[in-house]
Amino acid sequence: MYDPRGLTGSAPRTIWMTMIQPQIHFLGDSALLCNLPSPATLPHQRRIWSIAEQAAGWPEVSEVVPGMNNLTLILSRPVVDMDAVSQRILALWPQVDASHVAGREIDIPVAYGGKDGPDLDIVARHTGLSTKEVIQRHSDADYVVYFIGFMPGFAYMGGLDPALATPRQDEPRLSIPAGSVGIGGEQTGIYPLASPGGWQLIGRTALPLFDPNRTPPTLLRPGDRVRFTVERIAK
Amino acid sequence: MLTSVQDLGRPGHRQLGINPGGALNGLALSAANLLVGNAIDAAGLEITMGACEMRFTVDTRIALGGDDFDARLDGKSITPYWSVPVRAGQILKLAHAGPNATQGMRSYLAIAGGIAVAEVLGSRSTDLKANFGGHEGRALRKGDSLPQGPATTTIAGPAFGVRSPAWSGVGTQTQDGSKLIHLRVLPGPEFEQFTVAAKNALWLDKWRITPNSNRMGYRLEGPELKRKQGRDLLSHGVVPGVIQVPPSGQPIILMGDAQTTGGYPKIGVVIQADMWKLAQAPLNAQLQLQPCDLEQALHAWEEQQAYLEGIRQTLAALDWSRATQYKK
Repeated sequence: MYDPRGLTGSAPRTIWMTMIQPQIHFLGDSALLCNLPSPATLPHQRRIWSIAEQAAGWPEVSEVVPGMNNLTLILSRPVVDMDAVSQRILALWPQVDASHVAGREIDIPVAYGGKDGPDLDIVARHTGLSTKEVIQRHSDADYVVYFIGFMPGFAYMGGLDPALATPRQDEPRLSIPAGSVGIGGEQTGIYPLASPGGWQLIGRTALPLFDPNRTPPTLLRPGDRVRFTVERIAK
Repeated sequence: MLTSVQDLGRPGHRQLGINPGGALNGLALSAANLLVGNAIDAAGLEITMGACEMRFTVDTRIALGGDDFDARLDGKSITPYWSVPVRAGQILKLAHAGPNATQGMRSYLAIAGGIAVAEVLGSRSTDLKANFGGHEGRALRKGDSLPQGPATTTIAGPAFGVRSPAWSGVGTQTQDGSKLIHLRVLPGPEFEQFTVAAKNALWLDKWRITPNSNRMGYRLEGPELKRKQGRDLLSHGVVPGVIQVPPSGQPIILMGDAQTTGGYPKIGVVIQADMWKLAQAPLNAQLQLQPCDLEQALHAWEEQQAYLEGIRQTLAALDWSRATQYKK
């Protein structure tokens, strides 16, 4: 899907960074999709969060959805003059100050291995690391929530140690328990709800990732910085 | 077959991965709501493919929108877009759809005062995937009973109806007995990346709605739509109406319960004003997609809003206790 190496390193400090313009597409009669050129980088994503925050306050905008290196604006009703909204984004883009999107720091305690992480051995075998090393590398890294999608509270995070990349399972499981922490290709993530899924499960957290009766309803938000802490390791 | 509590949805939380959901045919629910004196966004029932029976425990007033599935109140026929008084103990029954049902797909039942399940994240809609909202976060089952809000109008007056909306009949019957439904579509962001053959097929061929379709998405069957370039897209926010084309080349139209983000190329997007047609389209119906522009899309949307406004104004001037006698 995307090159995760672009997510972790700091962006090259070259002048072209400031000249990059989003490409804007109409997504039907009441939404706009603003794409940034590849590769996805953290500084780009910070600008996207920042523009999302501002655009959410525009009267014609009902929702903002940051994606991976892109932003979708959903309008409260169909409009003919989509160009006006596009122009507003293009005008805002070079001015936006992305530095203030600090995000929160969130520690997620994980019980690694055993029945909480039935695929820990598969990841170890695939990567050629010991299970202990897999756990160490997974819990040593700093992750950033790029966006939320797929299901309520499911965070797409950058920052997985490339050495831990492991392909998904050939046959997706029919049901994965809520809180399961998995590795799917070059990404790691947590299932907020019980659902079918094909990621390699290495552990599980007891923290609720999604609770519709709480405010806010999800534990994670775009821009948050996440660390996995070792709660226990199954013998 | 599937009945759930729905209102006009739960916007505002997409960036947390929570889709807006809500009645797939929001127009039908809105009109039915107005007819029983509710705000347009009160919660009602979305009844899929008939087969639903309910008993009212208090005197009230109801209206149906969408398809009627031979709806009967104590055996007496109920017409969509009529406002009908109901006495405690009466039974409303919607017939089973046959295996080759072509009469429609969804009915919307509004009840005076609305269905007063608790609001979750600003809406009473049932999120059937994440299992929250509505009645216990799930589709209704035999034996469930639902709370009703306080009615704001006289519920005891006679029945009355409004002109059926111009947009209520969906599609025309084809020779083989299936329905042909016209949908207006704006080209999607990746439209130009498809082959000439694919672009022609999109507009010229007919697309069958396969039975593997639900509130998340409608899977269509037709000629394979191929892209000239196969570059993968990064995940991005999507909306209901997006026609995405996975590697199989068989398009999927996203519906109200679709995921908030997706990554497949988007060949087109159905205009908002035509989404109700998909809500009412029976399985196996044929779709004919027609290119349109933003101006037409807006005009169609405004026409529908004017229809709702017309009902609102008529009812504002209505003496509910002396309304036109319901004759059928």
